Amino acid sequence: MTAITSTSAAPASARARTRRASGPPARALAGWTVANLVILGLSLLPLLWLVSLSFKTPASISDGGFWPSHWTTANYRGIFTTSLFTRALINSIGIALIATLLAVVIGSMAAYAIARLAFPGKGLLVGLSLLIAMFPQISLVSPLFNLWRQLGLFDTWPGLIIPYLTFSLPLAIYTLSAFFREIPWDLERAAEVDGATPLQAFMKVIAPLAAPGMVTTAILVFIFCWNDFLFAISLTSTNSARTVPAAIAFFTGASQFAEPIGSIAAAAVIITIPIIVFVLLFQRRIVAGLTSGAVKG
Amino acid sequence: MGAPAGGATVTEPGRPVAANPGPAAAKARAAASARTRAERRLGWALCAPAAIVIVAVTAYPIGYAIYLSLQRYDLRFPGASKFVGLSNYGTVLSSSLWWQALAITMIIAAISVAIELVLGMGLALVMQRALFGRGLIRTVVLIPYGIVTVVAAFGWKYAWTPNTGYLSGLFGDSAPLTERTWGIAVIILAEVWKTTPFMALLLLAGLALVPDDLQRAAKVDGAGAWARFVRITLPLMKPAILVALLFRLLDAFRIFDNIYILTGGAADTRSVSILGYDNLFTALNLGIGSSLSVLIFIVVAIIAFIFVRLFGAAAPGREAQP
Repeated sequence: MTAITSTSAAPASARARTRRASGPPARALAGWTVANLVILGLSLLPLLWLVSLSFKTPASISDGGFWPSHWTTANYRGIFTTSLFTRALINSIGIALIATLLAVVIGSMAAYAIARLAFPGKGLLVGLSLLIAMFPQISLVSPLFNLWRQLGLFDTWPGLIIPYLTFSLPLAIYTLSAFFREIPWDLERAAEVDGATPLQAFMKVIAPLAAPGMVTTAILVFIFCWNDFLFAISLTSTNSARTVPAAIAFFTGASQFAEPIGSIAAAAVIITIPIIVFVLLFQRRIVAGLTSGAVKG
Repeated sequence: MGAPAGGATVTEPGRPVAANPGPAAAKARAAASARTRAERRLGWALCAPAAIVIVAVTAYPIGYAIYLSLQRYDLRFPGASKFVGLSNYGTVLSSSLWWQALAITMIIAAISVAIELVLGMGLALVMQRALFGRGLIRTVVLIPYGIVTVVAAFGWKYAWTPNTGYLSGLFGDSAPLTERTWGIAVIILAEVWKTTPFMALLLLAGLALVPDDLQRAAKVDGAGAWARFVRITLPLMKPAILVALLFRLLDAFRIFDNIYILTGGAADTRSVSILGYDNLFTALNLGIGSSLSVLIFIVVAIIAFIFVRLFGAAAPGREAQP
């Protein structure tokens, strides 16, 4: 058809047609291959580097090579024999799990109300949680530091769970309310016609349907809590609540000035494992969760 | 009671059914308003825990921070605390450290978000259009997004550490992290690497809103790929781009983890968050630290306000309305 309007385009479009018949053009294939490989390489490079460092012997750490010349698991054995790391790992897992659970439960309640019910003050809550999503955490560090010392929450699990819960609630509410709006609500009305109260309709009909959204939200919130560093170094002082990111920053080597690079790399790799597991298992959900709240509207 | 309905009969004589709703409608209306009230109560009850947590852990501490910022409060001499009015703010605002940290933070935020927007758009286009491997790319880019910032920062730090890192020989024998300009460049690199996937995913969702028909129509009209991107894709994606920019800009303004690990704030690479942290935990000055907290909060509020006013990027607030 283009051949009619432009004679010079005719041979090109003809060529394109024959190419399309035998699959995509080779140049496009090559281009996408290069683009994919570049993205793949750049995304994985820093992580591969840490993996490599974590398997290097102390002597070969400073040889500048990307891959270890001598492989060793001494760094991993080393960190798992110190309570500094094992205790921090327990703290990280416990604190992140509890904060996630609370955020999903409290967030689901609010998100259901926001997605489904008409009540005054809804806009205020949405605006408030948007505000929190952008709130500079450092602004809370000094007052919470002082408050927590007075309340006895400093250097405890609740002392970290509470701020994590607060900062993950906006994320939870947005993601969940986006998911909740996708649910076929006629089912809820059907349940209410059958005599269920709005609360029963929520518990028996909607909650099971909302489970996928809740799993997604839980993953996003867990990643957020797992990632935190500022509260973890500011509101803890000992092993009793310090999480892994904070503990790594305080790892000390043989001398005061030598950073234990191998141990830090090993600990870094260990706390990346759950992230990789989540990404591999729930890739679609994470993408859906991240994009659901952001664009609609 | 029946008066409004009677009025309706005059104007709409052809609809006698609506003319006299009678007591049944009144009962329905009463039931509806009871329902409305129950719905309101349930709405408030369901939102209460979230609202209480949010207010208790942010609004109250911010108020407390304002109170602390008006005190002379040195943690080494807690007995010597006293009300000093705005003098802490005077100290901070007349200090070159604050202005320098503010400038560094703005520079890092602006440059990294600008780079992220360009790279993120490219990444989003690859994730949407690539002939193959889209699933793989969407999976792989989630690793920078999900990885702990401190972990990634250590990766970048050791990459540039002289004698150790694979990148350290790139620019001769220098130690980039001990030097201001290069230090900031590495901080921006770490920030861009970590957050470009997030930007790309937000933009990918925006790309999905651009109708294929429009693209095809433009193609038939002879528009090239670039013209289609600039004339069709970008304008239609404007809301998504603005939301992504606002989110990332305010997020980048809070930058802490990367700087703490990469340079520790040495060589004048402190961001405002690092400065606040140092005043609290190194100088142990709660009064000054709190006034920094309040000032940072105000700056963030100003940025958000300007952004929303200038570009009307209120979409994230509006979206939650059904």
